[in-house]
Amino acid sequence: MAAGPAEGEKRVDLSLIVIVVVVTALVFDFTNGFHDTANAMATSIATRALSPRTAVLIAAVLNVVGAFLSVEVARTISSGLVDETRISPVVIFAGLIGAIIWNLVTWLLGLPSSSSHALFGGLIGATLVAAGLGAVDFGAVFSKVILPAVVSPVLAGITALIATYLAYRTTARADAGTVRRGFRVGQIGTASMVALAHGTSDAQKTMGVITLTLITAGVLAPDSGPPFWVILAAGLAIGLGTYFGGWRIIRTLGKRVSEIETPQGFAAEASTTAVILTSSHLGFALSTTQVATGSIVGAGAGRRLAAVRWSVAGQMAIAWVLTLPAAAVVGAVAAWVSSTGTVGTVLVAVVAIALAAGIYAASRLRPVTADNVNDVDDDAAVRHEPAVAAR
Amino acid sequence: MSIDWGSLGLVVAVSLAAGVAVVVLVSFALVGLSAREHPRPGGPDDGAPSLGPRAGTAVAVVCLAAVVAIVAHGLVVIAS
Repeated sequence: MAAGPAEGEKRVDLSLIVIVVVVTALVFDFTNGFHDTANAMATSIATRALSPRTAVLIAAVLNVVGAFLSVEVARTISSGLVDETRISPVVIFAGLIGAIIWNLVTWLLGLPSSSSHALFGGLIGATLVAAGLGAVDFGAVFSKVILPAVVSPVLAGITALIATYLAYRTTARADAGTVRRGFRVGQIGTASMVALAHGTSDAQKTMGVITLTLITAGVLAPDSGPPFWVILAAGLAIGLGTYFGGWRIIRTLGKRVSEIETPQGFAAEASTTAVILTSSHLGFALSTTQVATGSIVGAGAGRRLAAVRWSVAGQMAIAWVLTLPAAAVVGAVAAWVSSTGTVGTVLVAVVAIALAAGIYAASRLRPVTADNVNDVDDDAAVRHEPAVAAR
Repeated sequence: MSIDWGSLGLVVAVSLAAGVAVVVLVSFALVGLSAREHPRPGGPDDGAPSLGPRAGTAVAVVCLAAVVAIVAHGLVVIAS
């Protein structure tokens, strides 16, 4: 890695915070991984096309592979959303803290919120506090983040709805056993594709952040792409997180939104893959979570409108709207405290670690694991749902 | 602020087409494979000629090949 032309004393100061930011970014990537395992594998696990542990292993490996496929989205993040000449690594650190905290909170609640929006929110909030309104390119935020966020889940939902409807119509009079087995095998393929697409899309977001950090620290030239070690580290972090498995969110997406059958799972995953791969190729940093969720709702509705538990879908929609501003608030507070100096930065780190530990402890009170992920009867939240909508 | 409507439209069109095409092709392939499970020598109950096991297999192979082609092409475009 070539060092930039920064003057000696400044660089010594910067390197420690740069290392801290890179590590924090990889931690975020890890939470991104386990938060989003559900996107690829929730329906396959729910239909028992794959056993839970096999599913997360496949997802993890393909996430790492996917990380190497494309860097378009990483470029969107490292050049454009915020003015990289006006922020410091400390600001990025604060933004990441905002994103990590929000990711952990929504994981505890089992809500499939967008890791990407948490990341953007955190960065935007921290930048606003540290450098003012002018440092955020709201035009780019709208066209590259907000607009895809609105369009992509709807697009995925409609695609999955049409595909599911046609799948049931086409195979209505075919041999039931063949159809079920066929879609089950197909699901292994589509689920793998979603995991791959997730790697190309989400691992890149961390790559973009690390690249942005290296640019602000003067280690890389502005507009640089991510170096190889960054791609490798980001791919491994997200893969590891994926393997850890976000069972709480897998349960929500696979079992609580709708009772998913194999043709629906197949249609949902095919739609998710199509939307994510096309968008990341064109540099739209969309949320894989929202796309996957849109597809699952669409696939549920494609069989029967009443098969979707709209109250669960509503909860998720609220979490989506809240994600960016909530992460922005945490990011802003973290930036404000961090800007008071090294002690402030350390304080932010310590508080964040303590919060993470507390959230983990809270999750152990009612753990969701590979063994009980499909078992929704003991879930108090489901009991509030009308039993009729479930069947 | 410039919104790249062209790219956005492309994403919508390609995603919709690819997603629906893959699912429909796999459905057709499974219809084809169903003919192998229940070879009906006398044709179905309503008297119309039924798909034979060989024809069914051929349909399935063609459809699945098309799916593989779509997926492979997608991957090549992404990776390049």
